[in-house]
Amino acid sequence: MRERLRTAAVVLGLLVLRRRRPEPLLPAEQEPIVPEGSKQPRAELLALGLLLFAVVCFAAFVAVYALDRLPRQTQLLGLALGLGLLSLAAALIVTAKRLVVTEELEDDYPAFEHPEEQETIVRTAEESGSRLTRRRLFALGLGAAGGTLGLALLAPLASLGPVIDMNPFYRVPWRRGRRLIDEDGRPYRASEIDEGTFYTAFPEGADKEELGSPLVVVRLRQSELDLPPENAGYAARGIVAFSKICTHAGCAIALYRTPLYPPAEPKPALVCPCHYSTFDPATGGTVIFGPAGRKLPMLPLTIDRRGYLRAAGTFDGPVGPSWWGVRNRGAKA
Amino acid sequence: MIRKLVRFIDQRSGTAPFVRKTLRYLFPDHWSFLLGEVALYCFIVLVATGTYLALFYTDSTADVVYHGPYVPLQGQHMTEAYRSVLDISFTVKAGLLIRQTHHWAADLFVASILLHLLRVFFTGAYRKPRELTYWLGLTILTVTLLEGYIGYSLVDDLLSGMGLAIGNGVALSIPFVGANLAALIWGGPFPGTSAFFPRMYIAHVFLFPALIAVLLTAHLSLVALKHHTQFRQSRRESERKIVGVPTFPGQTPRSLGLLLAVAGLLVLLGGLVQINPIWLWGPFHTYISTNGAQPDWYLGWLIGALRLMPSWDWTVGNYTLVPNPFWGGVAFPLVVFGFLYLWPWLERKVSGDRAVHNLLDRPRDAPWRTAVGVAMLVWVFLIFMAGASDRVFVFFGISYGWQIWVYRVAIFVAPPVAAFIAHRVCVELREGERVEQGRERAIAEARAEGGAGEPA
Repeated sequence: MRERLRTAAVVLGLLVLRRRRPEPLLPAEQEPIVPEGSKQPRAELLALGLLLFAVVCFAAFVAVYALDRLPRQTQLLGLALGLGLLSLAAALIVTAKRLVVTEELEDDYPAFEHPEEQETIVRTAEESGSRLTRRRLFALGLGAAGGTLGLALLAPLASLGPVIDMNPFYRVPWRRGRRLIDEDGRPYRASEIDEGTFYTAFPEGADKEELGSPLVVVRLRQSELDLPPENAGYAARGIVAFSKICTHAGCAIALYRTPLYPPAEPKPALVCPCHYSTFDPATGGTVIFGPAGRKLPMLPLTIDRRGYLRAAGTFDGPVGPSWWGVRNRGAKA
Repeated sequence: MIRKLVRFIDQRSGTAPFVRKTLRYLFPDHWSFLLGEVALYCFIVLVATGTYLALFYTDSTADVVYHGPYVPLQGQHMTEAYRSVLDISFTVKAGLLIRQTHHWAADLFVASILLHLLRVFFTGAYRKPRELTYWLGLTILTVTLLEGYIGYSLVDDLLSGMGLAIGNGVALSIPFVGANLAALIWGGPFPGTSAFFPRMYIAHVFLFPALIAVLLTAHLSLVALKHHTQFRQSRRESERKIVGVPTFPGQTPRSLGLLLAVAGLLVLLGGLVQINPIWLWGPFHTYISTNGAQPDWYLGWLIGALRLMPSWDWTVGNYTLVPNPFWGGVAFPLVVFGFLYLWPWLERKVSGDRAVHNLLDRPRDAPWRTAVGVAMLVWVFLIFMAGASDRVFVFFGISYGWQIWVYRVAIFVAPPVAAFIAHRVCVELREGERVEQGRERAIAEARAEGGAGEPA
């Protein structure tokens, strides 16, 4: 039994490994298409070695994939598959450079144009219309039908969104009396708002993800406040609130730059981290640096008898990035 | 065996004459001709890995609570889309490898297209009769930028949500129709309806890839029909004669080798080098954003342009004619792509060169083209760098505001200077060659006259 196995292995080995003498494929008098090259046994061996390594890598990939709870599985998988592919690539490049004959051949570039064929095409097109008496009208008819067909096919695209009604862009959930709550739904008390940091607030009972919802709330010293007349009375004991959505491109204001050394540093400012539009909370959210073209919408605040912060009205302008109608109307509660 | 197969196929398809010609189609040899091939192979890797990812991704923005294996996010509210990508990263076996490979492939795809474009531009390969090929290629680049942007937006982590917010702001800023267009795309004001993610998804996995595939087929067909351009490397190359390696046996193993090498490199990167660790960013909410946000590299130029623009909405009375993000997000790329699309026509107008060109210029052979190209490149690169000025502030402490002002000046000053230098360098290089050739000719003449062979 063992004898027979050994014989089988030897026969198999011989079949695979023996160097076959290439049989003459063509009668002797025919010119070869690909010129014959010299034998490169070492390059051949190298290519075979690379192929073998690729086989090992690919098998390893399957093994690593099959083995559960292996640490660093992503890295091992990448290493196995990546090295396998690179090794196969190397084998092919050895083949290209050393094992097949590199021919440098010449050929003609194709003709730049075919005047006769062009002429035939033009004449075919022109002569095909010989039965038409009102060619221009006919072309117009075809064009009109095609155009309206296109229009008809595009019309259902209007279902994608409210293409004419612009009211949703003005709508905000803030109106007089709404309490300011934090991310977990707890109402803010005025006494909790400290100087030197900022708070994110939402309208009680509204969708937090709406652009008109989030506020950035900060407390300034009375001496710092310098609100313009139209925002007079918007602050409540030094607490001011603005839409948290930057008027430039709609990111959330996420930085509050407070002066570390007030005499030398710039004033406190609200900064959007996307394009660094910088707004001054003391002057009603005006732009002091960066690309934003509009001030931050400001929300008037009041403090109720129990000390909770509430909106005293709605924003002094539409929230979110500018669009053609953003200055036509105010925000609508 | 081969003979039998060939006979079988030819008898049933009649393609033997075509295949015979194809096997001996010539590829001129130069390393820079491989850049486009690298892009093609990235596309193949992207389709393969992307298909796998699509088997696991969910395009829903429904609110769910995370209970997966990644502890820091457990119990957090997020969209189903984001959770499905977390699951691809943490629970699907080989999922993270494929996801990272896909991301790396996207980055390399755009990079190789861009390098290919630079090669084509600076060697004048776009000239007659290859303008169509060039325009198709530019269109592929445009679609690819959008495709990449939508791709990383689908993840719905914090960074991708911020990217979408900016995209929405840019769409809104288009004069006269911006808000209407944005309302159509998003289904209403940002962050849009639940239909928005399915829309992005079908665009990312079907519409845009199919469009790229069609454009790519047309692009490659035109390349083959007109044959590739070539450099003059010996006396054999001419405007009429192409010199190169045949498809088979010479080119096939090289190209297959390059395909596998690109795939291998991308898989290695995907396995070993972390890219976009979305679990660190957390889920997106409209009211959150993070400092130090950077997009994938190929959108850096647009971020830079958005940041450089000074505070200014162009208004007429109460009507906002041009909101600010339009300049950086729409006008700037329109100028760059407009320049690229029009360039073959512009050059023909100015130079009056209407000849057919199969031989390539070296950059020095066309000093004006090189100068204009370098100026454009410097302009876009500076704006790209401006997009990274917040990182420069973090790493080197150089004031952000100060940097922005330097860039605002530099983008006007540096391009003309760069053009001038590039032009000079080209002219000097050519002059140097002429001197060199003159000297060689003198040596040859001296030899011919029977002298000692050394010039005096």
